[in-house]
Amino acid sequence: MFDQLTGLGIKGWFTVLTLIALALVPAYASYTDNAFYLDIAMRLIILAMAAVSLNLILGNGGMISFGHAGYLGIGSYAVGIPAYYEFYEGIYQIPLAIGLSALFALITGFICLRTKGVNFIMITMAFTQMIFFAIVSIEEYGGDDGLVIEARSELGGLMDIEDDTTLYFVCFISLLAVIYLVHRMVNSRFGMVIKGAKGNERRMQSLGFNTFKYQLAAYVIAGTICGYAGILLGNFTGFISPEMMDWTRSGELIFMVVLGGTGSLFGPLFGAGAFILLEEYLSPLLDFVLFKGAGTYWQFLFGLILILVVLFVKGGITGLLERLDELRNRRKENLDG
Amino acid sequence: MAEVLLKVSDLYKSYGGVAATDHINLEILRGEIHAVIGPNGAGKTTLISQLAGEQMPDGGRVEFQGHEITHLPAHTRAMQGLARSFQITSIVHDLRVIDNVALSVQAQIGHSFHFWKPARADIALTEPAMEALRRVGLEDRAAEVSRNLSHGEHRQLEIAMALAANPTLLLLDEPMAGMGTEESARMVEILSSLKGEKTMLLIEHDMDAVFALADRISVLVYGRVIATGTPEEIKGNDEVRKAYLGDEDS
Amino acid sequence: MDLTLLIAQLLNGLQLGILLFLLASGLTLIFGIMDFVNLAHGSLYMVGAFFCAAITQLTGSFVIGVVLALPATGLVGLAVELIVVRQLYQRDHLDHVLATFGLILVLDTAAHMIWGPDGIVVPLPDWLEGRVEPFEGVVIPVYRLAIISVGLGVAAGLYGIVTKTRLGMRIRAGASNRNMIGALGVDINLLFTLVFAMGAVLAGLAGMMIAPITEASIGMGNSIIIVTFVVIVIGGIGSIKGAFVAALIVGLIDTMGRSYLDDLFKIFMTDQNAETSAPAISAMLIYILMAVILAARPQGLFPPKGR
Repeated sequence: MFDQLTGLGIKGWFTVLTLIALALVPAYASYTDNAFYLDIAMRLIILAMAAVSLNLILGNGGMISFGHAGYLGIGSYAVGIPAYYEFYEGIYQIPLAIGLSALFALITGFICLRTKGVNFIMITMAFTQMIFFAIVSIEEYGGDDGLVIEARSELGGLMDIEDDTTLYFVCFISLLAVIYLVHRMVNSRFGMVIKGAKGNERRMQSLGFNTFKYQLAAYVIAGTICGYAGILLGNFTGFISPEMMDWTRSGELIFMVVLGGTGSLFGPLFGAGAFILLEEYLSPLLDFVLFKGAGTYWQFLFGLILILVVLFVKGGITGLLERLDELRNRRKENLDG
Repeated sequence: MAEVLLKVSDLYKSYGGVAATDHINLEILRGEIHAVIGPNGAGKTTLISQLAGEQMPDGGRVEFQGHEITHLPAHTRAMQGLARSFQITSIVHDLRVIDNVALSVQAQIGHSFHFWKPARADIALTEPAMEALRRVGLEDRAAEVSRNLSHGEHRQLEIAMALAANPTLLLLDEPMAGMGTEESARMVEILSSLKGEKTMLLIEHDMDAVFALADRISVLVYGRVIATGTPEEIKGNDEVRKAYLGDEDS
Repeated sequence: MDLTLLIAQLLNGLQLGILLFLLASGLTLIFGIMDFVNLAHGSLYMVGAFFCAAITQLTGSFVIGVVLALPATGLVGLAVELIVVRQLYQRDHLDHVLATFGLILVLDTAAHMIWGPDGIVVPLPDWLEGRVEPFEGVVIPVYRLAIISVGLGVAAGLYGIVTKTRLGMRIRAGASNRNMIGALGVDINLLFTLVFAMGAVLAGLAGMMIAPITEASIGMGNSIIIVTFVVIVIGGIGSIKGAFVAALIVGLIDTMGRSYLDDLFKIFMTDQNAETSAPAISAMLIYILMAVILAARPQGLFPPKGR
C-alpha cells in the first residue's frame, strides 16, 4: 500500500494531510472568492501556535498554567497601543511584544513556580486576570470595548502583511517553525530536565538539578512564543479587546492541548482544529438536528463534550491515532506471522 | 588514618517535642561501607533525609569533605558528590530506563541549558549511562519504559542512577526493600563489587546483607547512635543485642 | 476625610469580605480535603441566586426564596458531585480543571435555557429595604447589615462545626492529611459528598444574598470565582480560618482601594496622573497583595499543619 512505502502510518498521514490542507487554504479561498475559510484557518493556526507553546510547559513540564491567554493579549496590545499612537512599524511593535511577554513571564513565573499544585493553577489565573482588569480600566485604550487597529504592522518593505494571503503564510510558516523549535527543545538536555521534573521533581533535585531555574526558563520561553502569536493575532483581527485574556480563553487553550494529546508534537494543532470546528459548527448542527434556535445553547453541548473527553478519552486525538496505528501493526503482524 | 568523608556532629531534629534525630554523631571514612541499622522508628529515614538535604536539621552540623553542608539544598549536595538512592523507588516512570540514568549523568556535566541537540543521541550521556546499567546488570532493559520494570529491577535502577553520578559518597536507603532472597543476593553481589571503590552509607534491615557488606556498623535506636563498630563488635555488644538483635543467641 | 463615606465604604468592604468568605470557605475545603480543583464553584453561586430569584418571584417572599433555594442548591451540588466530581478524585488536577470548566458551560447554558439571557431581579421585602441611622449623619442600608449579620452567623456556625463536632474533626484531619482519614475508618465517599454539598450551599447562599443588589445573572460566577481563588491562596488552602481572614482583608482592600487610592496618589502625584493610574492600580491591588504575600509565604497565611 501507499503508506507502507513511506512508513508513515495513520498518525503520520493524518498530520501530513492536515498540513497540506492548511497550505492550500489561500488557494481555495481565492478560487472560491470566499475569505471565510482563510479567516478560520488563520485563527486556527494562531491558536495552534499558542497551544504549542502551552504544551511545552503543560504537556511536557506538567505546569498547569491557567493564564496563558494573557500572552496573546500582551502581544496583541503591544501591536495595538503603538498603533493607537500611529506607530505601525514592526520594528517597534515586535520587540515590544516579545520583551513584555518575556518580562511578564519572568516576574510572574518567579512567584508562581515557588508554589505547587492547586496554588500554581490559581495563581497563574489570577495574574492574567490582573492585567485583564488593568487594561479594562484604562479608558484611553478602549477599556472593555476594545481597540481597533487601523493598519497592520509595517515590516519595512520585507513583505506586506496587509495582504491576507501574505499574513496567512507568515502565520503558517511561523507555526511550522515554532513546532520544529519546540520539537528540538523537548528532546534536548533541557527538555529532558523539564520532563524529568514533571515526572518526579524530588528525584530530579536529588540528582542535582535546580529544577526551579529550568522550569522558569521553560515558562519564559512558552510565554514569549505565545506573545509572538499575539502579535499575529492582533494583526489578523484588527480589533483587540481585554476579553482575549479572560481566564476562560486560557481554559480553551488548555482544552486544545489536552484534546490534541498532551506532550505530543502536533497534538495542539489537532486540538485547536477540533476546537474551532466545534465552535463554528456545533451551533448550526444543533439548529439542524434539533430545532431552529437550539443553536444558541451550543455551549451546553460543548461543555458536555469537554466532560466526556476528560472522563473517557485518554491521550486525546494523538493517542487515538497512535492506538489505531498499533492496531494496524498488530494486524499486520498477525497476517504475516 | 583513613580520611573522614562525612562527619555528622550532634545532629538534632524534633517533631512536636519528640526527637527523631537525637544528637547523632557519626563519621564515614573514605572507602568504607558503613551500615546504619536499627528497629523501625529509630529515625533512619529522618537521618538520611537530613544528610541528603531534603530536610533541614534543627541543630548540629554535617560536614562533607571538610566543608559544612548542613543547610545546603539537595541539588547542591548532589553536585558536590553526594548521591542518594530511595527506599521507595523514586524514578521518572514515563521515561525509559536509560533516560533516567542519563539524567543522573547529565546533572553532573555542566548546566542543562542546551536546547538543540537530542539528548538521547548524546554519547556523553548514553555511554556512562550504559556503563552504570551494566554495573547493576540492567543493560538489557535500557530501552524499556521504566514503569514496566519489576520491583527488583526498579531497585537496581535506583542504584544505577546513584552510580551514574560518579559520586564520592553513596547514601543508600534500604536498597533491598521488598526483595526476595534471590534478588537480595544479587543486590549484595552488586554492592560487594563496589567495595573499596565507592564509599557508602547503607541503611538496611536485611541483616545477612549488612554483615556481609559492612566494614563498620552504627546502631540507631530512638534517634540515638548506641554503638558503632565492626560487625564482630556489634554482634557481641550486649546493649545492641538487647535493643535490636534480640536476646537469643545469634 | 468624610467620616460618613469612610464608614459606608468600610461596611461595603466588610460585606464583600463576608460574601467572599462564604464562597471561599466551601471551596478551600474542597481543595484541601479532596484535592479537587473546582472551577464550577462560581456557577453554584449563580445557581443559588437564580433559584432564590425564581422562587421569590413565584411566592412573592424573599425569605421563602432563600429558605427553599438553599436545599435546592445543595441538591444540585449533590448531583454534580455524584455524577461528575466523584469520577475524578483519582485523576490529576488537569482533568479536574477541564471537567469543571465544562461544567461551568453546562450550568451557565442550562440557566440560560431555563431562565433566559437576561437576569432576574430579586425584590426585597419592605422590612429589608430602607436605612438606619445609628449615628448622626451615618446612614446604613438595612440589607447590608442583614448580609453582614448572616455572614458572621454562618462563620460562627462553621467555626462551631469545625472545632466542636466529630464531623469537624474529620474535616480538619482531612485538610491536614487526607490519606490518614481513610486509614482511620472514616467513610471517605460520604465525607467528600457532604463537604461538596456544604460548599455548594454556602456558595448558593452568597449568590442569594447578593442577588437583590446585583440581579441574578448568567455568568455572575465567572468573575467572582477568581477573587475567591485569590482569597483561598492567600488564606492557605484547606484552612477556614485562613479563608475568613483573607476574605476580610481582600474585601476591605479591594473596596477601600477603589475608593481612596486616587486620593492617596494625589498626595505625591499630580491630580491628572493620579486619576489615570488609580483605577488601573486599584483593579490590580488584590493581585499585587497576593503576589507580595506569596513571595513571603508560598503556602499562604494559615496553611493547615502538615502542608
